[in-house]
Amino acid sequence: MIALLAAAAGAASLLVGAAGPGLPPADILWQIRLPRALLALLSGAALGASGASLQGLLRNRLADPGLLGFSGCASLGAVLAFYFGLYDANPLALPLAALAGALAGAALLLGFARRAEGTTLILAGVALAALASAAVTLALALAPSPFALAEITVWLLGSLEDRAPMHLLLAGPPIVLGCALLVSARGKLDALALGEPTAASLGVDPRRLARQVAIGVALCVGGATAVAGSVGFVGLIVPNLLRPLLGERPSLLVVPAACAGALLLVLADIAVRLIPTAQELRLGVLTALLGAPVLAWAALRGGRP
Amino acid sequence: MIAGRDVTVRRDGRAILDGVTLALRPGSFAVLAGPNGAGKSTLLAVLSGLLRPDFGRVDAPSPRAQKLAWLAQRESSAWDMTLAEVAALGRIPHGGADPERRVAAALAACGIRELAARRLSQVSGGEARRAMLARVLATGAEVLLLDEPTAALDPAQAFAVLALLRAEADAGRTVLAALHAPEAAVPYADRLLVLDRGRLVGDGTPEAVLPAAAAAYGVRLGPGLAMLPAAGGA
Repeated sequence: MIALLAAAAGAASLLVGAAGPGLPPADILWQIRLPRALLALLSGAALGASGASLQGLLRNRLADPGLLGFSGCASLGAVLAFYFGLYDANPLALPLAALAGALAGAALLLGFARRAEGTTLILAGVALAALASAAVTLALALAPSPFALAEITVWLLGSLEDRAPMHLLLAGPPIVLGCALLVSARGKLDALALGEPTAASLGVDPRRLARQVAIGVALCVGGATAVAGSVGFVGLIVPNLLRPLLGERPSLLVVPAACAGALLLVLADIAVRLIPTAQELRLGVLTALLGAPVLAWAALRGGRP
Repeated sequence: MIAGRDVTVRRDGRAILDGVTLALRPGSFAVLAGPNGAGKSTLLAVLSGLLRPDFGRVDAPSPRAQKLAWLAQRESSAWDMTLAEVAALGRIPHGGADPERRVAAALAACGIRELAARRLSQVSGGEARRAMLARVLATGAEVLLLDEPTAALDPAQAFAVLALLRAEADAGRTVLAALHAPEAAVPYADRLLVLDRGRLVGDGTPEAVLPAAAAAYGVRLGPGLAMLPAAGGA
């Protein structure tokens, strides 16, 4: 049902744009509105599935690709591609750099996971996110030209404005592959609910599962960040909103979280186009405004035994 | 059938388990006793394959995840699942096959069938513990290795669980349960193993071995097999 809602919202999103309400001319529909709607659906699904999987893996409702540094590392990769002019030389460099950044972040986090678990691991992820953010700020401070600075800043705020069909080809494959990894891992997340030794006694290798989920999340977040920029909190909000409706079993949440993430991002993307501001409101700003209160709520709820 | 020979586990130069040899047969309900820190949990972890011994070997049926079920001493869920969902985790080694019938049977055996749809946050600690036990039974494993299955249970519930383990053994399973109060299991278990500082110091029928267990605990055995403070106490 959530998937149907997401599809309906995606269709509605085709009707909203700078040309005013209603169906636009065919060129605009195919070249601008459709890619934008599909990218919102894809990125939202990627972030929703990532959040639900990470929360299951870490047994913590606060886990989120943004908080854990996946998004920050993907952003850093992309910013470096801007900074060194790789993007201007070849647009393909941007998603590749974002993917490389996310995978490097996943590798670092898995390294931490050998020594720590639970809350400690999340704090390690927060440190990773802070480090990536500091490096991005450094890149901004040292930006070679005001033009590059503006390009990076706008991209960092997260947006799906003026996307072309090419962006779909860039983001689609890693997101589809990442989601496939996460969906196939979801059954094993249930075993982790009772702790790693019990999971191992049920035949689930916690290390292998962590690798599969980390790589899946890196592919999803790298792909989404490459085309949508830094859009935070979707992975955090969606599973926490679904739990009261669907129950808390991790495996039941991954697919609905993907659908609900897609729905949320399409709706948010419609909202930024409808809210009358001088410049179009940035998608990442809106999701952060929605997400921060949910983070506080989840933190309070998570404190209860 | 599960057996360990010369099982030795060392940590920081100290032997947690020191040359433990034992064999458990189908149809038997054995109780593992011994003071805190004697190595009971470590022995169960080694037998279940979660911990590799530094020396010695374990012969266990395979595939382990299907044939062997292990209950942790303090098992709690990160998620507020229903008791039926908790019990269904036992079907994971079987690829989630045949959940309804097995889960319903396991919940019924643990006396919590009518609580199946309740969440862990809505039941008592004892009921939650029995859901974890239902998870173990739902695997349909031949060998049950249980670390303090009666912890958090009041005496009536504890006796119900011990009776359940007796019934599982009579149905042909191999049951080994670590208990902190082994005298409660005398009417149910057919064998008592006593660990003291990593060594097996007693092995036989519960009645015969309880004095050795009492000695390991540093208490004395009073009338009616009650554990009493050492002489000079009460």
